[in-house]
Amino acid sequence: MLGEHNEITVDELKGLVSDRAIEGETMLLNMGPQHPSTHGVLRLLLELDGEVVVSCVPDIGFLHTGIEKNMEAKSYEKALVMTDRMDYLNNLGNNLCYCLAVEKLVDLDVPERAQAIRVILTELQRIASHLVFTASHALDLAAMSVFLYCFREREHILDIFELCSGARMMTSYFRPGGLWRDVPDEFEPAVRDFLKMMPDRIDQYEALLTNNPLYLDRVKNIGVIDSAEALSWGLTGPSLRATGLAWDLRKANPYSGYEKYAFDVPVGEKGDTFDRYIVRIREMRESLKIIEQALGSLPEGPVRSDNRKYVPPPRSELGHSMEAVIHHFKLWTEGFPAPKGSVYNAVESPRGELGCYLEGNGSAKPLRVHFRTPSFAALQVLPRLSEGHLIADLVAIISSLDPILGDSDR
Amino acid sequence: MSLHAQIVESLREDFGEQILEVVEFRGDTTVYVPPRAIVPVCTFLRDHKTYAFNLLAALTAVDHWPEEPRFEVVYQLYSISQKLFFGLKVPVHGDAAEVPTLEGVYPNANWHEREVFDMFGVKFNGHSDLRRILMPQDWEGHPLRKDFPLGYEEIQFSFNFDEIDKRKPYAKE
Amino acid sequence: MGLEQKLGSFGVVTTSLEKVVNWSRTRAMWPMLFGLACCAIEMMAAQSSDYDMSRFGMELMRASPRQSDLMIVAGRVSRKMAPVLRRLYDQMPDPKWVVAMGDCCSCGGVFNNYAIVPGVDEIVPVDVYVAGCPPRPEALIHGILTLHEKVRGESMKDWA
Repeated sequence: MLGEHNEITVDELKGLVSDRAIEGETMLLNMGPQHPSTHGVLRLLLELDGEVVVSCVPDIGFLHTGIEKNMEAKSYEKALVMTDRMDYLNNLGNNLCYCLAVEKLVDLDVPERAQAIRVILTELQRIASHLVFTASHALDLAAMSVFLYCFREREHILDIFELCSGARMMTSYFRPGGLWRDVPDEFEPAVRDFLKMMPDRIDQYEALLTNNPLYLDRVKNIGVIDSAEALSWGLTGPSLRATGLAWDLRKANPYSGYEKYAFDVPVGEKGDTFDRYIVRIREMRESLKIIEQALGSLPEGPVRSDNRKYVPPPRSELGHSMEAVIHHFKLWTEGFPAPKGSVYNAVESPRGELGCYLEGNGSAKPLRVHFRTPSFAALQVLPRLSEGHLIADLVAIISSLDPILGDSDR
Repeated sequence: MSLHAQIVESLREDFGEQILEVVEFRGDTTVYVPPRAIVPVCTFLRDHKTYAFNLLAALTAVDHWPEEPRFEVVYQLYSISQKLFFGLKVPVHGDAAEVPTLEGVYPNANWHEREVFDMFGVKFNGHSDLRRILMPQDWEGHPLRKDFPLGYEEIQFSFNFDEIDKRKPYAKE
Repeated sequence: MGLEQKLGSFGVVTTSLEKVVNWSRTRAMWPMLFGLACCAIEMMAAQSSDYDMSRFGMELMRASPRQSDLMIVAGRVSRKMAPVLRRLYDQMPDPKWVVAMGDCCSCGGVFNNYAIVPGVDEIVPVDVYVAGCPPRPEALIHGILTLHEKVRGESMKDWA
């Protein structure tokens, strides 16, 4: 919207705000890109009538990273590290989305154990993401203590990720064809400890927020949207389920073995800010159920496919097999070629439908990688949700949509 | 007959010649249509009684430079009731990269089309607000085109560290 | 009104002005509440219960650049964000310091492309670089303690 020097002409403004603003009747206010409650670098041009939002024009792209272009310059396996950095609260979910797309493109099977571990870790990631949502949502509404509690539990989850992959956030643990390596022995007890601890902790957050009249006054009947309209704006995930439509890709189009686990899809009633919060809290409990089932029935076996054309051989084989050395060399110097053709694969991220459009052209590098990200859709609906609300409610609405700017800008 | 095949069949009945090509790949079905047909086809699919593709899941483009037609605008529709993805593609020539906007059918096409315009320079006729969305307004070129350089920075090694360091534009107080 | 009266007069301490000023600057350094990307989440973690950066006099994050004297550039800086970042830096009152947190804003990190500024030191002068993608909260705290060390070593002649 603005050029380098942040100057804007009246003509440019005319298309964006009402005539009343041009005449000086209403006030134009710039919010962001450096603002504590825009969750990163979102910029909003607000037209205000007193304290009431008349219109809101989001301006994104302040975190545009060129991830899609960079991935086109890398081989399929090397491009994976880029996906971690896209939606930085859902690193493993991004890995999963990309890996599933690559596996679909080259028609590669994943062993069952790897699938189950993928499910466990992505569900842990979902809880971690919702914890950050609860923390920052409460923080924006001036409830500081929730932040401290939520980040305490998040550290437990990050410790589990560190146990598996060595990194807290940018794990790159899922690889096309399986996992980087098997989980260590300490993994299962660590997850079990977490499962035992977490239900009480969720009760604690709920005790702080769910029945707190100060909180309820700020979120009930704020930013209401119905299912049909939410769908027409491409709103997915918990924000869509808050409107009462039980659509979850894990149920509707199961991937990675989600059809094996019994869990409910929590829905809201009205689609207001409170519903968007409570759906996420309930989703944490459902995720715990899924983790418990997956951990209970964790099969033994390999964690990466034995198709050597796509998956490098284990280290132990390199010492005595010439063939393994050749495969290893080929895969790490030029990568594997993918056939001509395009696939679209979508997974349920903590924010909604995360889709990966992948097109191969017969070479070892993708012709095009595109991510359909849920935050992009969520920010698009913001003007519609904030219309007619107070500017203080706008803060609640933004955080209830849980946008991640790295996700929307890529 | 699979659901995908039924949809293709009913599209052929209604649009005949305008269905250029049907591609099946790894369980995904993609139908190629010319630019003029994209709005009627999407309206048909959205309003269809049984399929009801009520969600525009993704909208993007692909650059096949230097081949022609250079661009392909890609649409992914989703039907909540049938739990089904369905792909549409519109091939576009590089020298007249224009497609009618889908805003009237799916409102969320607005930002997606702005992104495609920003990244590829494909114009969407009739779009209400076709500005750059991700790049700065005064940016030149369209980054995701294949003829746009990735923009490598020179990498410093010990043998050329000092030489590059001298040229680096360090900020002043 | 306590120990010093019983022990005799401890009312006077002799030290150099330099040391007092530098010490007080390190003890109440107000970082700007400004996150860009992934590193911002780790910066939040560094502020939260497990790591608690307030042990080092850093608990007060200010949302306004006018009230802060430390900018933690947490995350990748895009070409679109660069002018905004410089403006924020110019708005901060002197003395001010910059910590480049993470690989992306130290040197570009894994992103070597058209959209990302390869190193925030092209836009603002950086005092301390913290490596990692993203750095652990401990690493950020270490970076800030390193900055404190640097500040304690500043000399009065340079202020003028």
